[in-house]
Amino acid sequence: MSGRVGIVGIGHTAFGRRSDATVQELAAEAFRAALADAGLERGHMDAVVVGSVPEYHKQRSLPGVVQEYLGLTPKPTWLTEAACASGSAAIRTAWMSIKAGVHDVVAVIGCQKMTELETAEILALMGRVGEVQWESSFGSTFPGYYAMFARRHMHEFGTTRDQLTAVAIKNHFYGAKNPLAMFRKEITAEKANASEDVATPFHVFDCCANADGAACVILAAEPRARGLRKPPVWLAGMGAASDTMSVLRRPSLTGLSSAKAAAEQAYAMAGVDAKRVRVADVHDCFTIAEVLAYEDLGFCAKGEGGAFISEKRSYIGGSTPVNVDGGLKAKGHPIGATGVSMTCEIVKQLRGDAGERQVPNADVGLTHNVGGIGQYCFVQVLTRDE
Amino acid sequence: MFKWFGRVNHAPHTKVAEFAQHLREGRLMASRCEACGHVSFPPRADCEACLHGAFTFVPVSGRGTLHTWTRITAAPRGFEDVAPYTLGLVDLEEGGRALAWIGASVPEASLAIGMPLQVTPRLHEDVEDIRVDYTLESPKGATA
Ligand SMILES: [Zn+2]
Repeated sequence: MSGRVGIVGIGHTAFGRRSDATVQELAAEAFRAALADAGLERGHMDAVVVGSVPEYHKQRSLPGVVQEYLGLTPKPTWLTEAACASGSAAIRTAWMSIKAGVHDVVAVIGCQKMTELETAEILALMGRVGEVQWESSFGSTFPGYYAMFARRHMHEFGTTRDQLTAVAIKNHFYGAKNPLAMFRKEITAEKANASEDVATPFHVFDCCANADGAACVILAAEPRARGLRKPPVWLAGMGAASDTMSVLRRPSLTGLSSAKAAAEQAYAMAGVDAKRVRVADVHDCFTIAEVLAYEDLGFCAKGEGGAFISEKRSYIGGSTPVNVDGGLKAKGHPIGATGVSMTCEIVKQLRGDAGERQVPNADVGLTHNVGGIGQYCFVQVLTRDE
Repeated sequence: MFKWFGRVNHAPHTKVAEFAQHLREGRLMASRCEACGHVSFPPRADCEACLHGAFTFVPVSGRGTLHTWTRITAAPRGFEDVAPYTLGLVDLEEGGRALAWIGASVPEASLAIGMPLQVTPRLHEDVEDIRVDYTLESPKGATA
């Protein structure tokens, strides 16, 4: 199959504490919405790829349960895992299966329930987020790693505490306009700076929150993608790269080399450059991560990420609006669902369906989904027909 | 013996287990590849340069400079009762890096990226089991 792969349907649950639903019930909400959006029946699916991180669920081997609950057996299903980038990794596997000519129509469901773990289990998982032989033994944490990136970026480029806070303020500003976001309230610098320390220089408001939620996209091969309910949005550029797990083996802590590499691949495949991107959803698991993304994706030069946010260039009306759905920061981060959620948002933007957070003339969009501290990165460039 | 390493140890079984015995005796060791001579810290059984599988331990000075740091307040399991603590990442003079706690000889107010620090082996006697690790100390105030 040498033709294009299009997204023909999207579905997205509310993110947040979903004490009303099991993970397969969340998957059903997103899948049912995506089917309706595409005007397809579940029998049209050739396969279902699930993006999720297994250690958060009591239920082991999630795809089997989701497939049963959605009544999709005996169609094939499998899990794709790449930590916080599992959603985009799953989209990549589905895209590859279509490009290979194996399947025509594939549903990707990113789903995660994170709020049902007990505190002790969360603390234990937290303690194994890094490389366990040489780092976790000293009590390293996920915020701690990004905090070390932040401090180094501040040292080399003069990035300021206020610029980090400005990322959180922007993402909450847009989160307040997203009916599916976990936190729908604007914040002030005073409130953010008064929040508790987590890992210096980070406060609570530099960190995204664990959440429950699901998102679904339905992919189809080019001939099949046409003539459905909505015009397709094309996966025009697909980049993927990795980097070391360990910060002991990272030459630079002021960027993610995997993000740079994945972006270069995606831009080259789509035949566009960073300047052409009209709207982007990037992986702001911590405020500094969005600053690194501006630079790694080429929205601004290396070291200018701090100014990029303080000059509001990532707001609607700026040079590249970023995370105008609230980002992970305000939308919440149900890790397996996050990458799929990003793609859903960019599809909405390219269709012109984003309501009060619509970016004018959004015809080229980008997603940037990072696993861990850049062990995995997936970048998509999405386009639409004129 | 690698179970001795760290306040919480998640990887007791490793081909570089002897590292902990050396540390207990006050020596900081790297691995050197028997094929290409590449030196790695932390040590690796399989060479990061050529993937050869035979190595010998060689001593390293532990001299380095601070690359970045963070004070952790929200601590994971096994560290709740010792938080806050400060983690430093140092670039070692002979190559490689170490992540460890900033030791008592370095007041937090004095921390500055680029400052010299000494990776210093520690044998902890505050616990019943044998426990070893290393801390990042002032080169002058370092005590082994
Ligand atoms: Zn070698």
